Amino acid sequence: MRRRKAEELFFKILMLIAAIIVCGSFFLIVGTIFAKGLPYMNLDMLTKTPGGGFYIGKEGGILNAIIGSLYVAGGATILGLLISIPVAIFINMYMNGKKFLSDSLRVAFDVLFGIPSIVYGAFGFLIMVYFGFRASLLGGIIAVTLLVIPILVRTLDEVIGTVPLELRDAALSLGATRWEMAKVVLRQIRPGIFTAILLSFGRAIGDVASVLFTAGFSDNIPTSLHEPAATLPLAIFFQLSSPVEEVQGRGYASALILTIIVLVITVLSEILIKKFSKHKS
Amino acid sequence: MTKTPHISVQHLNVHIGNQHILNDININIPDKKVTSIIGPSGCGKTTLLRSFNRLLDNTPGVSITGKVLVDGEDIYDPKAEVTHIRKKMGLLSQRPYPLPMSIYDNVAYGPRIHGIRKKQELDQLVEEQLKATGLWNEVKDRLNASATRLSIGQQQRLCLARGLAVSPEIILGDESTSALDPVSTSIIEDLFISLKEKYSIVLVTHILRQARRVSDYIVFVYGGKIIEFGPTEDVLLNPKEELTREYVKGYIS
Repeated sequence: MRRRKAEELFFKILMLIAAIIVCGSFFLIVGTIFAKGLPYMNLDMLTKTPGGGFYIGKEGGILNAIIGSLYVAGGATILGLLISIPVAIFINMYMNGKKFLSDSLRVAFDVLFGIPSIVYGAFGFLIMVYFGFRASLLGGIIAVTLLVIPILVRTLDEVIGTVPLELRDAALSLGATRWEMAKVVLRQIRPGIFTAILLSFGRAIGDVASVLFTAGFSDNIPTSLHEPAATLPLAIFFQLSSPVEEVQGRGYASALILTIIVLVITVLSEILIKKFSKHKS
Repeated sequence: MTKTPHISVQHLNVHIGNQHILNDININIPDKKVTSIIGPSGCGKTTLLRSFNRLLDNTPGVSITGKVLVDGEDIYDPKAEVTHIRKKMGLLSQRPYPLPMSIYDNVAYGPRIHGIRKKQELDQLVEEQLKATGLWNEVKDRLNASATRLSIGQQQRLCLARGLAVSPEIILGDESTSALDPVSTSIIEDLFISLKEKYSIVLVTHILRQARRVSDYIVFVYGGKIIEFGPTEDVLLNPKEELTREYVKGYIS
């Protein structure tokens, strides 16, 4: 009896320690970024592009990278959704009976999911070289789209799997075509689609390796898809590698901006998920 | 059974994988009557029901041979339009599965996909079917509320109204009351009895008392075969077959 109680206590403490480590490191990370970045945070950072000498501590901001990152992550997520929603529907609703095929596709996406983003970057770069593109916003969006498609497909596949088969039967037995049935299923999983968007956007906006060769970097805000675009992770990288204290501090301020963007997106999607869950029982 | 049958099943065989689920089924489902399919779990009664509106097609690894004639047309004819066949039959499943939309849209969904767009026409249809299922007075003030807000019993009646809204000829019930409380169950049973004036009704049930209360005819299925088919009183009180007698008495379940 005492042994069982001791065991219970031991694992309880173990779980508590693990929880503390997780929460602790979260606050430590956010705290560090705030502490180091906040003093260098100002309106210029958000509203100006780098002026001459910005990288040696002179005036300017990182508006170019903020806009560039939003373009890349937003574009990639939208493009990714346009591709992965049909794929997820196809796997789940048009391939029944052909379990081998749908299972192989799932494995393929699992493999793609595990591929490091630098590989996508390199692949995107190869495509660009082949077609004679320069590093550009479009190149960045394409590489990041490749990166987020497996995330989107896997997430959508999972949420579609939670829809009871009887709901599909209900639509079909009213005389719906498969596509009409798919639309009912899509309505049912709307909160899940937002989760997928959030995961994808979060991954896209924070990834360096995939945009390293493909999007390039520029001090200007891109005005067309063919211009190179700055991204926040790269901007952070450049500034942090500077020996100038002022520039390093701005690096932390940039990290703070990136963190806040992700935070806002998370909260926003939570709100949207709640709003669209009203038909869920 | 003087009238022509509504559904006529001829030499229907169903395999799923290498299992022989239904074995040479021959049966005529009478028009404008309630026919109950009874039998122990796993005997194939739900499979038989799902073969009527071709939902069975979607089961992985299924192969179907034989004929199912609805109004004299073979629904397994390769040229048959599957959406058209399904529209002829309303399905009421074990638990209610309302579509993720409002009460109104649930009923209007079927008519809409079949091309009815005029609001006036839809309004009328929705009201009609909600009245037919006795739901109108309970929901008329909140037609735009989510269907999931209703109680389970109300949801099941909504699903029935949704099915009726595409003007089917046949209602298929797959243990439609098994998730409901006794009060809701009896409402649904009464609905079945009143609806048989306009529709042919086929129910799958494992509740013998329910089969007795609502049905005119009973089909007893065992091991993928039809053992006995006849008027309710005959099958339940004077079964011809030994297996039916044992099942009705509760020896086999």
